[in-house]
Amino acid sequence: MSNAKMIQSDISSVLTRQEMAEIDHELEHIPYKSGAAIDALKIVQAGRGWVSDESLQAIAKYLDMSSEELEGVATFYNLIYRRPVGEKVILFCDSVSCWIGGCDSIKQTISDTLGVDYGETTDDNRYTLLPVPCLGACDRAPVMMVGDDLITHLDDNKISEIFSSNKSGVQS
Amino acid sequence: MEKVLTRNIEPGKAPTDMAAYEANGGYQGLRKAMLGMSPLECREVVSASNLRGRGGAGFPTGMKWSFVPMDDKCTPGHKYLVCNADEMEPGAFKDRLLMEYDPHQLIEGMILSAYCIGADLSYIFIRGEYVVAIERLREALDECYAKGYLGDNILGSGFKLDMYVHPSAGRYICGEETALINALEGKRANPRAKPPFPQVSGLWGRPTIVNNVETLCNIPHIIDRGADWFKSLGVGEDAGTKMFGVSGRVKTPGCWELPMGTPIREILENHAGGMQDGLQLKGFLPGGGSTDFLTQDHLDLAMDYNVIGKAGSRMGTGTMIILDDQTCPVGMVLNLIRFFAHESCGFCTPCRDGLPWTRQVLEDIEQGRGKTEDLDTLEYQINYIGAIGNTHCALAPGAMEPLQSALKYFREDFERHISGGCCPYHSGKGA
Amino acid sequence: MPMIYVDGQEIEVKKGENILEACLNAGLDLPYFCWHPAMGSIGSCRQCALVQYQNEEDTRGRIVMGCMTPVSEGARFSLKAENATQFREAVVESLMLNHPHDCPVCAEGGECHLQDMTVMVGHRDRRYTGKKNTYRNQYLGPLIHHEMNRCIACYRCERYYRDYAGGKDLGAQASHDHLYFGRHEEGVLESEFSGNLVEVCPTGVFTDKPFLKQYSRKWDLQSAPSICQGCAVGCNIAPGERYGKVKRVHNRYNDEVNGYFLCDRGRFGSGYLNSDLRLDYAGIKNPDGSFFAVHQQQALDTAAGWMTGKKVVAIGSPRASLEANYLLRELVGPKNFAPGFSDHEADLIGGIATILQSTKSINPSIKQIETADAVLILGEDVTNTAPRVALALRQSVRNKAFELAEQMGLPAWQDAAVRNLAQDQRSPMTIVSAMDTRLDDVASTCVSLAPDDIAAFGHAVAAALAGETTDNAEADAAAQMLKAAKNPLIVSGSSMAHQGVINSAAAVADALSQAKTMLSFCVPECNSLGLALMVADGSSSSLKALAKRAVKVDALIVLENDLYRRGDKELIDQLLASGTKVITLDMYENGTLDQSDLVMAAASYAESQGTLVSSEGRAQRFYPVHSPAAERLPSWQWLLRLAKVVEHKKLSKLEHFDQIVAACAKSSPLFAGLVDVAPLNSFRDRGSKIPRQTHRYSGRTAMNSGVSVHEPQQPKDHESPLSYSMEGLNRDQPASLTPFVWAPGWNSNQSLQKFQSEVDGPLKGGSSGVRLISSSQTGAEISSQVNEVTLKPHQWHLVPMEQIHGSDELSAHTDEIAELAGRGFIAIGEKVAEKLAVTEGDGLLVKQGDVQSSLEVRILSRVAKNCIGYSAGYSETRELTAGSLVSLEVDKAWQRSGPEMIASDKAAFQQVIGDGGASNV
Repeated sequence: MSNAKMIQSDISSVLTRQEMAEIDHELEHIPYKSGAAIDALKIVQAGRGWVSDESLQAIAKYLDMSSEELEGVATFYNLIYRRPVGEKVILFCDSVSCWIGGCDSIKQTISDTLGVDYGETTDDNRYTLLPVPCLGACDRAPVMMVGDDLITHLDDNKISEIFSSNKSGVQS
Repeated sequence: MEKVLTRNIEPGKAPTDMAAYEANGGYQGLRKAMLGMSPLECREVVSASNLRGRGGAGFPTGMKWSFVPMDDKCTPGHKYLVCNADEMEPGAFKDRLLMEYDPHQLIEGMILSAYCIGADLSYIFIRGEYVVAIERLREALDECYAKGYLGDNILGSGFKLDMYVHPSAGRYICGEETALINALEGKRANPRAKPPFPQVSGLWGRPTIVNNVETLCNIPHIIDRGADWFKSLGVGEDAGTKMFGVSGRVKTPGCWELPMGTPIREILENHAGGMQDGLQLKGFLPGGGSTDFLTQDHLDLAMDYNVIGKAGSRMGTGTMIILDDQTCPVGMVLNLIRFFAHESCGFCTPCRDGLPWTRQVLEDIEQGRGKTEDLDTLEYQINYIGAIGNTHCALAPGAMEPLQSALKYFREDFERHISGGCCPYHSGKGA
Repeated sequence: MPMIYVDGQEIEVKKGENILEACLNAGLDLPYFCWHPAMGSIGSCRQCALVQYQNEEDTRGRIVMGCMTPVSEGARFSLKAENATQFREAVVESLMLNHPHDCPVCAEGGECHLQDMTVMVGHRDRRYTGKKNTYRNQYLGPLIHHEMNRCIACYRCERYYRDYAGGKDLGAQASHDHLYFGRHEEGVLESEFSGNLVEVCPTGVFTDKPFLKQYSRKWDLQSAPSICQGCAVGCNIAPGERYGKVKRVHNRYNDEVNGYFLCDRGRFGSGYLNSDLRLDYAGIKNPDGSFFAVHQQQALDTAAGWMTGKKVVAIGSPRASLEANYLLRELVGPKNFAPGFSDHEADLIGGIATILQSTKSINPSIKQIETADAVLILGEDVTNTAPRVALALRQSVRNKAFELAEQMGLPAWQDAAVRNLAQDQRSPMTIVSAMDTRLDDVASTCVSLAPDDIAAFGHAVAAALAGETTDNAEADAAAQMLKAAKNPLIVSGSSMAHQGVINSAAAVADALSQAKTMLSFCVPECNSLGLALMVADGSSSSLKALAKRAVKVDALIVLENDLYRRGDKELIDQLLASGTKVITLDMYENGTLDQSDLVMAAASYAESQGTLVSSEGRAQRFYPVHSPAAERLPSWQWLLRLAKVVEHKKLSKLEHFDQIVAACAKSSPLFAGLVDVAPLNSFRDRGSKIPRQTHRYSGRTAMNSGVSVHEPQQPKDHESPLSYSMEGLNRDQPASLTPFVWAPGWNSNQSLQKFQSEVDGPLKGGSSGVRLISSSQTGAEISSQVNEVTLKPHQWHLVPMEQIHGSDELSAHTDEIAELAGRGFIAIGEKVAEKLAVTEGDGLLVKQGDVQSSLEVRILSRVAKNCIGYSAGYSETRELTAGSLVSLEVDKAWQRSGPEMIASDKAAFQQVIGDGGASNV
């Protein structure tokens, strides 16, 4: 009954007006409210970095879905984060072309530099390291994304450049 | 050779906006159709062009469209056109280029395709990681609405179309057209059973066409310049040009538009610059991570659907992945199987539970724990998982293609792993 | 009928079915997991693979899935081809990658479809050497135990729970080989039909939690064909007993009634049978109010002494069998017999019985209800009053989808495709009720009206159908909806306690001209309608009339009826007043029993046999699952013996149950069909009685050795064609005599398909039950009078809200059901709550005249103006009367309830004290 009991005021205490407006915008061309499930998850995640239980319940209610239904959708997709992530997510491509290009050792360098393995967030909360299926830049392998930036032709030097000791920002 | 799909794309050149696109003949096809061709006429041109789907399966586009109920044969309601821009096949990187550098070409192709099938709503289903392409497509859509190329009564023709960019939340399986439809409906992206095909019951239960980016990019040129012209572009059996790509340890990996039927050797040696120094070609996946290995013996084959098919592989996306002689074929196959096992939607048993089983056997072999009977187990699994029809969709059979061909061509490598109790390439795989 | 070839064998198949169905119909063993006859195909598990050949020359063929491949004339298949058998074995081997080897401690063991299929495909040794995936289990409430590690990801649970039963709070999460089927967070499953997960799951992910606490293997359970006593729908059940306890209830298939599914009250509500409140011995009241136990004969003699030559009256019961009621009525004479309804209830149920005999409409079976393509519900929250009917109504709204599918040539069994095609398009359903109902989510229109207005609405619909103009647009729309349908259905019932609502439903039905118009009424108890038919001749009395005569009466016999639940305490007190000797036959302690002078310990439904008439008018027989414990006797036997002792002229000639049935059948033309309800006691199947025990029943001579080393003889059943034995055949017998399902190689409930004449069809032995009422050509005579009530300010109409868990007398004595029932409540709309400044869980004082009840608040999402609801049948609301006018006030002294101890914890706690190992048997 948890989600049935969530009433309108609960939703608006979780979702911002901006978020609700963006979801409404998506709904304009979708015949069923639940059809905007993925869009809504992405909208909320865009502002908050991840989708908390509370957010998920609020979105579900907003879209007349059960939390279970939305949870099924949220946990299906790679890019919906149901656990907190750092300020930037490193999407590290470990697919075949990058693997041929030696991504395994680069991944090791990242892990050594940042002290995190896949699924982990740095202590300073700046980065979360995740593997990602082929990023479609195989001619520039190995590659990764840091936040929205695609970084190509990775090697150890580049890694230490990017995650330099003061960890100040990303250069692509 | 005449560049068609990439005529606006050159290294160092800025992405094409509306002005630049129109300056180079853009939206001519659209004008031609809107001002003087019926949807039927347009469909006939596309059918006659012999255009085949560029997403991997190579299904004739005109025929695919012909299953959409038209006019009074269709119950009242929406019809949808969806662009499959969910480029996630390992080793594929062609659609990114087309969308980032010439978004209008895709949009024009979509408007025309929608006109052909009578769709009034269209979506570009694009993988979420393609942030640049998403941005540029959205800008281009705004330009189109401003110009009256989208919206109500396009160019005064009475044809109405709205178009939206839908960034995916990320799953390889979304590239399967019915899984993509489920994702668009905000659901878990399990593929649907066919029949019914999306052409009759797709998005929201309505007639829907899903076409690949590159396929759609061809449409404006076909409408503009005709079927015969298009057919004349190919140098082999198939019509048109194709985006071909090469990745792996070659001198100049990249992506090029070349005539259909261009020989593999030419692509590899003239365009990709041949192997890096000190490396020999051992094999290659001709069309991405879910195609069978071919070897040096196949270098002189033309990149045509049937030719590659007869050689035991598939044209797929046309983006090749090169295996060199210092890279472990077992490791490469393991990497691919890991990918596919992880990207399985979990709907059907052979894929969901069979691929992890294969992964485990390959891990054992790669890490030196393999046993001779493991090769029999792999053969058993190929038999079990590898045939279309055994599984709910084509993901798992595709996953088995590199494995079955690796066992055929590189069996001694598997045996060396088992007899030696370690990966013989491990030290050599320097990177 | 097309012919196909399977392994060279020519098979005649049904057009439109799939190969899996065709194979099962032909008696071939083709393994499957995800396919379900009621839920169709999705092609997920890939277990039903077989090889299809292009033509006679094709020797290689290709693998296809049986459940996804339609039959076509001349098609060629092989089950036995090596690639098919190898593929099916590989499917099981890959399912075994992660399936734990915990069969010995798994509740599904011995009736596990996965075990059966594993054996069937021949898989033995697993080659996988990696680690198994493991999962965290969830607490899903007191009814269902969750063990995710066992999951084989067939999606049946999600498809059943969400798609079929309309539950929202269970589904697939994550993906690839990390799929998880559960809730978003731990908590009680919301669906009233969650228990079917136990039978739908092909392995032990969802198991029967109360059963786990007193577990026995399926093969050790003794079962009998029985009828659920939880409501009036008459679902067929198969309770399983061992050590004198009914341990669980499974569904018993009846294609026309419950099909494959039960509601949770039916499945889990029999826990009271094992309760401490049960009576073991007859008792005579001591002066201090306590009872002392007496032998059966002593009780009978005492009763006879109070009765012989005296003025005796009797009260029957809508929860007792026809036979027991009949005997009691004959024993005292019809004029001295009241059926045991409250007087208001007697009018309502009697009214329904009259309408059903005179209406032109069909009183539909559940199977027929599923065919409805437009539904009008007047006043009932069907999920709470006739749950299994509500599940059928959920299916009826899918007829729109099937219609669309048919237009496309898509077979109905293509489940996912049909759903994708139709999306949210449903056949229309209009619900007119005072407040929320649990079917609102599938209704096309919900109208909130006070009971009187519901009746007016119904009559407006009838008027619109008759071509009159109404000023009610919603009623016009409902009339249009019904008019446009092929199989329109009107549902109403007695739960509003409003005769006008019932009449208006009949008026609508009779205003419709379609030949297949259906009219269905929900009535409260398992034999309400049977009893109403028994007294339909008007010769019997009423509670009020008996109470008036109470002073002149020497003895009163009460049959299985807690009269205090029938309302008006004063009236009941008057009835039971001292001076009158009160003889009560019942099975558990209750208010009426406390007021009695002599108590006869009645056997439960699981210990006796009898006939019940469901709301469909279907007479069905239940049989004892085990012989009565201690000195309990079935009520009909008590009464028969009593008749002997008092030398009743007519009844003392009767010896056996069958004779009572025959006499009862003769007593009224309405009951003529009773003789055909089930075979006579003399029925033998190939020379033997039907065994209640499985062939593998174990420990028959030793199971009680913890208590006594003597080996008692097996009890004999002299009254039915069933035996307390494992000898005999359980195959192809009449449907009403099917105690359990099992077939060689099919140990799970999936063995049902071996008992069905065809997939989803009737059992080989037919569909059990006889319908006593058929529609008439005359049409019902209906009063269209509607009362108008004027409300004073701050007064509310009190509307009863039946609750699946809590409102029923007997099941509420089951721990798990009581936990789900919660406290009695008052339900108000959001606006009223706002005005009173209360939220859910707060307390309100409800004032009805002099009566004042303090009740917990629940908030409704929709409610008719000036209406508030209350939980009907709860002890806290016993004083409230449906339809009365009340005022509300915040209860300042109210204590919000804290987190309650859950039933499973309670039971564990008791076990420590109460159980002593083997002595527990």
